[in-house]
Amino acid sequence: MVVKVVKNFFKRMFENIFKSKDDIKLGFYGPPNAGKTSLANRICKDFTGEEIGKVSKIPHETRSVQFREKVEIAYKNKKLTFKLVDTPGIATKIDYEDFLKYGMKKKDARKRAKEATQGVIDSIKWIEDMDVVVVVLDANENPYNQVNITIIGNLAAREIPVLIAANKIDLKKADIKKVEAAFPEYDVVGISARTGKNMEEFYESLFKLTKKSK
Amino acid sequence: MSKRRRLGKLRGFTIQFIPFSEIRTLDSDERIKKVLGIILGNNILIIQGRLKPEEETRLIGDTMAMIGHVKNFKGVELAVIEGDKNGGLYGKMRQGIANAIAGSDTSSTTIIGPATIVKEIKRNPKKIELMLE
Repeated sequence: MVVKVVKNFFKRMFENIFKSKDDIKLGFYGPPNAGKTSLANRICKDFTGEEIGKVSKIPHETRSVQFREKVEIAYKNKKLTFKLVDTPGIATKIDYEDFLKYGMKKKDARKRAKEATQGVIDSIKWIEDMDVVVVVLDANENPYNQVNITIIGNLAAREIPVLIAANKIDLKKADIKKVEAAFPEYDVVGISARTGKNMEEFYESLFKLTKKSK
Repeated sequence: MSKRRRLGKLRGFTIQFIPFSEIRTLDSDERIKKVLGIILGNNILIIQGRLKPEEETRLIGDTMAMIGHVKNFKGVELAVIEGDKNGGLYGKMRQGIANAIAGSDTSSTTIIGPATIVKEIKRNPKKIELMLE
């Protein structure tokens, strides 16, 4: 009996030691064109000097899950190591004809739509693997979009800590208060991933968020 | 004349209402199957209550898997309008008990339609507007 208790104690102790050395899996989730990759790029550039992926005005530019391991983020004498997981935008519908409006050829638009549907499926599959998630929303759009509500509801059901990044606050129509009113139970931080506005506040909120992680 | 033509475009779909009692005993697989079966029949579906969060994402995933495999299917438009959350402590307790008995938040309403018919669902906390194609 005593041997078993001692064995379990050491087992748990070693598990905790090794667990703490793992990178914190930080997922970027949200609808298409909200700025997930822009934000992941901004963080990567700030701390590694490299970007994680390409950005575009055409929706569904990110169509496969992208990673960047060992990203050490420093904030006020503290350092945490993250694995950044940039996911394709989640949508409930994808029509290749929407891409034609951006001047794409029919064949390319169809290919993009096919890859984008698989991207959404992959994003959903990855949710349960995340330690913490930043839901990136466009602060200029209506926050009561069902995709936002479904993603956040799912994360809450899985008890994954969520930070909401209301992106594109450098644009005139941005309304952070509307985002805050839509999600009163969550920490909302207004940022511009493009210009880097308010990133200090974002990092502060991110560090607070990691404390909620199991 | 033009009015008649516009109304003509709307032919070919129906609006179906499902009371929560009809899906209460179904497991997640059966619920998704039922919902998709109705949507694929070019119907707009109104459900009393709401699906579980994992069922909502599963529905999105299954929908995505169908695009490109089911002719003319482009996905769905989905919206959930929640019941009154500001009913005070007594109201919340009463709703909580009712939800526990029903097995879902029956004060909510879920609207799902195929994207070929429903162009957009505009919503704010208290109102849903369906924009049809």
